[in-house]
Amino acid sequence: MSGRWLAGKVGAAVLTLVFVLVFNFFLFRAVGDPTSQLARLPGATDEQIEQLREDYGLDKPLLGQFADYVGDTVTLDLGISQTTREPVWDEIVAALPWTLLLVGTGTLLATLIGAWMGVKAATHRGTRTDDGLLGFSLFTYASPEYWIGIILILVFAVAWPIFPAGQQVTPGVEFASWFDEALDVVDHLILPMTAMTLMLLGQYFLIMRSSMVDVLTEDFITVKRATGLSRERVINRHAVPNALLPLVTLSAIQFGAVAGGAITIETVFSWPGLGELSFNAINDKDFPMLQGTFLVFSFGVIFANLLADVLYFYLDPRVQSR
Amino acid sequence: MSGERGVRELLLGTWRGRFGIAVLALTVFVAAFGGLLAPYDPYASSTDVLEPPSWSHILGTTENGSDVFSQLLVGTRVSVVVGFAAALISAVVGSIVGLAGGYFGGWTDRILDAFENWFLVIPTLPLMIVLARVLSPSLTVLIAVIGLTSWAGTGRIVRAQVLTLRERPFVERARALGAGDTYIIRTHILPNTLPLIFANTVLIVAVAILSEAALAFLGLGDPTRISWGTMLENAFSSGAPSAGAWWYVVPPGLCITILVLAVSLLGFLFEEYINPRLREAT
Repeated sequence: MSGRWLAGKVGAAVLTLVFVLVFNFFLFRAVGDPTSQLARLPGATDEQIEQLREDYGLDKPLLGQFADYVGDTVTLDLGISQTTREPVWDEIVAALPWTLLLVGTGTLLATLIGAWMGVKAATHRGTRTDDGLLGFSLFTYASPEYWIGIILILVFAVAWPIFPAGQQVTPGVEFASWFDEALDVVDHLILPMTAMTLMLLGQYFLIMRSSMVDVLTEDFITVKRATGLSRERVINRHAVPNALLPLVTLSAIQFGAVAGGAITIETVFSWPGLGELSFNAINDKDFPMLQGTFLVFSFGVIFANLLADVLYFYLDPRVQSR
Repeated sequence: MSGERGVRELLLGTWRGRFGIAVLALTVFVAAFGGLLAPYDPYASSTDVLEPPSWSHILGTTENGSDVFSQLLVGTRVSVVVGFAAALISAVVGSIVGLAGGYFGGWTDRILDAFENWFLVIPTLPLMIVLARVLSPSLTVLIAVIGLTSWAGTGRIVRAQVLTLRERPFVERARALGAGDTYIIRTHILPNTLPLIFANTVLIVAVAILSEAALAFLGLGDPTRISWGTMLENAFSSGAPSAGAWWYVVPPGLCITILVLAVSLLGFLFEEYINPRLREAT
C-alpha cells in the first residue's frame, strides 16, 4: 500500500509540473508574437520577419509549438535573455547557488529558533513569556519581509555600520585565501539571512506552539510524569520529538512564501540569486528570463513539497500503514 | 454565546477585537477622506529633498521634496481598496469552486480539485508577478491578479464543509421531498457555509494587502497612484535607506504591518468563534 501512496504523490507532482508548462506556454504566447519584439529593428522587411517566425518555429501549428517548447524545456533550453543576450539557463545556474545559500540558511535558522520559541511558549502557556513570544511572532507575520530588510540596513549598515548593506562579496578585493573570501560572504549573508529568518519564524513558532500544546495534554505525557521522570526530561525527551512532526508537513506550506521572500529580500540586498534575476526581468520586460525564473521557482516549490511528503512518510509510521 | 450578541461580545470583549476594530475603522476613514486631511498635495515636489521631520513636515519629505505624511494618508486608499476587492473576488471564486466540487462530486470535483491543488502548490508571488507583468499594471489588474490567485484555500475549506453538509439529514429530507440542486444549495448549503467563507475572507484581506504592497515594491503597482508599497519602492530605489532617511522608510511599512495585524486578529477571532475547538489551543 505504501508504494502506491508514494507513487500517487509523485504522480500529482508531475501533473502539477505539466500544468506549469502549459500555463507558461500559453501565457507568454498571449503576450503577443515574440517576433513583434524581435522585429523592432528598424527597417526590417516582411521577408525578414517571416524568416524570424520560421526560425522560432512560430509558423507551425500551436500543438507543434507546444511540443517544441516542452522539448526545449526538458533539454534545458530556456531561450535567450532579451537584456543580457546570454542563455537564460546559464544565468539561472549561476544564480541558483546564491538563492539556495540564502533560503537554506534562513529556513534552517527559522526552524530551529521557531521550534525553540514554540516549546518555550507552550510550556509557559498564559505567562508573560508566552504573550511576548506570541506578540513578536504576530508582528513578524504581519510585516512585509522587504521592509524588515530595509530596516535592518537602516540600523546595522547605516546608523551603526557593522554589516555591508548589499551584494554577496566586497567588490574589487583580492582575497588571500578561499577562507577569507568565505568569511566575507558570511559577513554579507547575515542581514539578508536575518530578514529571511524573521519572515518565516512566526509561522514555525505558531505551528510548534500549538502542536506542543496538543502533545502536552496527551495521556502518555501524564504517564511518563507519573513514573517519576522530571518535567524537563519528559518535555525534552518525549514531548518535543512528537511535537516536531507537524512542523515537517506544515512547513511545506511555507515553500511558496520562501520563493516570494527570495525575490523581495534579494532585491533589497542586491543578492545575486534567482530573485534578483526576476526583479531585473520585471523591470526590463525580459519575458524569456521571467518565464525561466518562474519555471525554476515552481519546480523548486513542487519538489520541496514532494520531499516534505516523503519525509513525513518515513517519520510517521501511521501514514505507512494506511 | 450565539447570534448577534455573541458577535458583539467577540469584537468588543477582547483586546484583540477592540484593537482590530479600532484600526480598521480608522484606516477605512482615512482611505475615504485621506485626500481632504492631507496638509500638502502628495504629488507636489519641492526643493526640500529628504528633510527630516519638522513642524512643517511632521514625517519629513521624500526624494522629490513631497510630504511623507500626505503621501501616507492618500496611499491608504489603494491598500484598502485592493485588499477588500481582491478578497471579495477570491471569496466568490473559492466559494463557487468549493460548492460545485463538494456538492456535485464525481468528475466535476476531480477536475476542480486538481485545479485547486495547482493554485495551492504554485508559489503565489512569482505567479502574481508573471501575470501582472504580462497584463501591465493598473489598479484593476492588481485586484484581478491578487483575487484570482488566492482563492484556493477558501475553495478547499468550503469543499470540506459542503461534503459534510451534503450527507446531513435535513439535506436528504429536502432532496426526498423533491427539492432541486439550486434550492438545496441556496437554502441549506450556502447559509451553513457563509460564516466559514466570511472568516476565511477576512484573513485573505490581510494576504491581499501584503500582496499589493509586495507587487508595488517590485515596480508592478499602479503607476498613477500612491500606495504604501509604491512609497517603499520610491524610498528604496532613491537610496533613502543608505541616506538614513528613516522617516521615509519606517511609516509606510509600519502602516502595512499594523493594518495586516488588525485584520488578521479579526480573522482569527471569527475562526475561533465558528470553530470553538481552536479556542482551546490558544
